[in-house]
Amino acid sequence: MNKILTRNQLSENVVKLTIEAPVIAKKRKAGQFIILRTHKKRSERIPLTIADADALKGTITLVFQVVGKSTAELAAFQVGDSINDLVGPLGKATHIENFGNVVCIGGGIGIAPMHPIAQALKGAGNNVTSILGARTKGLLVMEEEVNKASDKVIIVTDDGSYGEQGFVTNALEKIINDGQKVDVVVAIGPAIMMKMVCKVTEPHKIKTVVSLNTIMVDGTGMCGCCRVSVDGTTQFVCVDGPEFDGHKVDFDGMMKRQSTYVDLEKQSYDIYKSHGCGNRCTCK
Amino acid sequence: MTLTPAERMKIPRKNMKEQPPEIRVKNFKEVPYGYTEDEAVEEATRCIGCKVPQCVSGCPVEIDIPKFIQQIADRDFDAAIETVKKTNLLPAVCGRVCPQETQCEIKCILGKKHTPVAIGNLERFIADYERKKKEIAIPKIKAKTGHKVAVVGAGPAGLTVAGDLTKMGHSVTVFEALHRLGGVLMYGIPEFRLPKEILESEATFLEKLGVEFKVNSVIGMQYSLDELFEEGYETIFLGTGAGLPYFMNIPGENLNGVYSANEYLTRSNLMGAYDFPNNDTPIASSKNVAVVGGGNVAMDSARTAKRLGAENVYIVYRRSEEEMPARKAEIHHAKEEGIQFNILMNPTRLIGDDSSWVTKMECLKMELGEPDNSGRRRPVPIKGSEFQIDVDCAVIAIGNGPNPLVPHNTPDLETNKWGNITADSETQKTSKEGVFAGGDIVLGAATVILAMGEGRRAARAMDEYLKTKKW
Ligand SMILES: Cc1cc2nc3c(=O)[nH]c(=O)nc-3n(C[C@H](O)[C@H](O)[C@H](O)COP(=O)(O)OP(=O)(O)OC[C@H]3O[C@@H](n4cnc5c(N)ncnc54)[C@H](O)[C@@H]3O)c2cc1C
Ligand code: SF4
Ligand code: FES
Repeated sequence: MNKILTRNQLSENVVKLTIEAPVIAKKRKAGQFIILRTHKKRSERIPLTIADADALKGTITLVFQVVGKSTAELAAFQVGDSINDLVGPLGKATHIENFGNVVCIGGGIGIAPMHPIAQALKGAGNNVTSILGARTKGLLVMEEEVNKASDKVIIVTDDGSYGEQGFVTNALEKIINDGQKVDVVVAIGPAIMMKMVCKVTEPHKIKTVVSLNTIMVDGTGMCGCCRVSVDGTTQFVCVDGPEFDGHKVDFDGMMKRQSTYVDLEKQSYDIYKSHGCGNRCTCK
Repeated sequence: MTLTPAERMKIPRKNMKEQPPEIRVKNFKEVPYGYTEDEAVEEATRCIGCKVPQCVSGCPVEIDIPKFIQQIADRDFDAAIETVKKTNLLPAVCGRVCPQETQCEIKCILGKKHTPVAIGNLERFIADYERKKKEIAIPKIKAKTGHKVAVVGAGPAGLTVAGDLTKMGHSVTVFEALHRLGGVLMYGIPEFRLPKEILESEATFLEKLGVEFKVNSVIGMQYSLDELFEEGYETIFLGTGAGLPYFMNIPGENLNGVYSANEYLTRSNLMGAYDFPNNDTPIASSKNVAVVGGGNVAMDSARTAKRLGAENVYIVYRRSEEEMPARKAEIHHAKEEGIQFNILMNPTRLIGDDSSWVTKMECLKMELGEPDNSGRRRPVPIKGSEFQIDVDCAVIAIGNGPNPLVPHNTPDLETNKWGNITADSETQKTSKEGVFAGGDIVLGAATVILAMGEGRRAARAMDEYLKTKKW
């Protein structure tokens, strides 16, 4: 179960895995996520969005950035290894219909969860323009897949090493200012990016869907750890989301909650790195 | 040596020896050590074996209490555990967490003049005796019927249904959302009250019996109920529990350091955050912790906070101690461990610092007014009595609602206005043919033994349904 079938290093810190998970592959819809635990003992539960799936082959694709101990352990897995626990699909699926012209924005690792949504929107007949943003060329992932799922792709990098120089918001503003009709914007990426995108779309009253990546434990609505304030009410991202109307999300509150455990997470990752024996660590 | 009833009644009730408070607040090990065989026999000798035993009528699953106690007194421990297990599948759990003081022990005839027989302690003793023997007897199961049953949720309700139906010869698969079995017993009730090793052994027992467990399976998401029927399951039991934490909806509740009790306890128990960084899941290490609520969940959270190293732990409760729904023994344990009780107080807001971490809880003082619908005197705020306490962690333990995942994804399943699944009180049948429900998802947050009782009733009705296919 949960066997890793392929493993690709997409950039220095970004890994793509395809995993045998037939039930999830069959059932999942764009916008949904899974929760996994790498090992039987000691491991934490981490949420990752499903970047792609193949119902016939019974596989799902995860694309993730190494940011701490658990993602480092996951990146250390090789083809043939199995992930100890994998549960999903979780969360509400993206609401898909033919809106007309949609702009899908993926920032950094947010391109991975954005991809299946663009795919589904295009499948529903939308004219899809995708904006992909990364700090630098080497960190841009899944360009080819997004190309297939879009009518047009615009690439921006902070340092101008690839595509246009600038932020995703610059590219979005340009589209809007050019007078192109935009019916819906989907934005997935760092909280600050989603917040800025919403700032751009709000005066134009363009419906903006964001996908939130709060801290989670169970992912079934049992703990409330993932809560966020939306339109003044408390929502649980794992069951009420992960997608919300971006104009109503309290991004500042969410970003603060995301930082709850930064010190402890760093401590845990530092210990892991100092052991230097990767996922087969037997030091303890 | 045979004693007269009068002599028996004079033997003082034997309390279990416990870890001293100053030691136990530094570890997560179980608080009471349990009886030795001699202690158990001595306590069992106190029972006068009433002809019409009142205790049995107080037990929701009607354990033959005088019989198993007599068997302990006779040192026939194997027979005693058999007696208990006839009606109670999880005696090691119930002996520890059942509110005996309001169920069986309150009715014990000895309590009228002296103190009641320690029925719960004896139940625990006999279950531990069997587990320590390491050869748990596997009861006979009936010939395979070929019927397939799905159980959703591996809490006490679901486990009871699974055990009962398997014994009747049906093939049972249990789907559990989390990566471990036990429901609240695993993620909620802490190790120092219910060692997880007990749950492991109960699960192993059920596996040996033939129950199939599928962890990491969220029904409603992975399979809908109709898809389970399509997969060949002929009937479904829903035991998904009351896992939705309530918040107070006061300002500051989303600050860092503010937890629902479910999150706080799940991190510590299920994920093992008390042993961070050896375990990966972190939890705030705090100095001053305020726990809001007066139930078992609040006591468990407060005592966990203490063990995680907090210097000051407060229980903040809006009524008086008398109205606290927690078990008396747990309130007593909490006090022994230095938990400070701030009663007749109600939080009005939480205040944070620049980094959005909680620093203060503002409360209003309350006084008791006229009795309300529940018969308890209603707490009324005293105007202008606001004051603040310094906290760097707040745990909200004001109750849980029904887990909404299955009802939300099953439109033809009827729920009441609180979101609980409606089920027949005799048969546990829901509004959807073939689907039964029981435990906290039906009752609202209740008790382990009531959940098991509903599971038992459901199993009987499901067996009937499988045989007749009549709804
Ligand atoms: C901290 C705490 C302390 C307590 N102390 C006591 C005590 O001392 N004595 C006492 O008698 N009672 C106590 N209780 C109450 C008692 O634990 C519950 O009444 C009892 O566990 C309810 O059992 P259940 O089987 O209905 O549900 P639960 O134990 O809640 O189990 C439900 C299970 O279903 C799973 N589930 C939910 N949704 C799905 C889904 N869609 N698909 C698959 N699985 C799903 C959940 O993950 C969970 O494992 C306490 C409760 C808490 C929270
Ligand atoms: S009521 Fe008390 S004395 Fe009588 S049978 Fe029950 S436990 Fe024994
Ligand atoms: S992760 Fe626990 S409720 Fe959302």
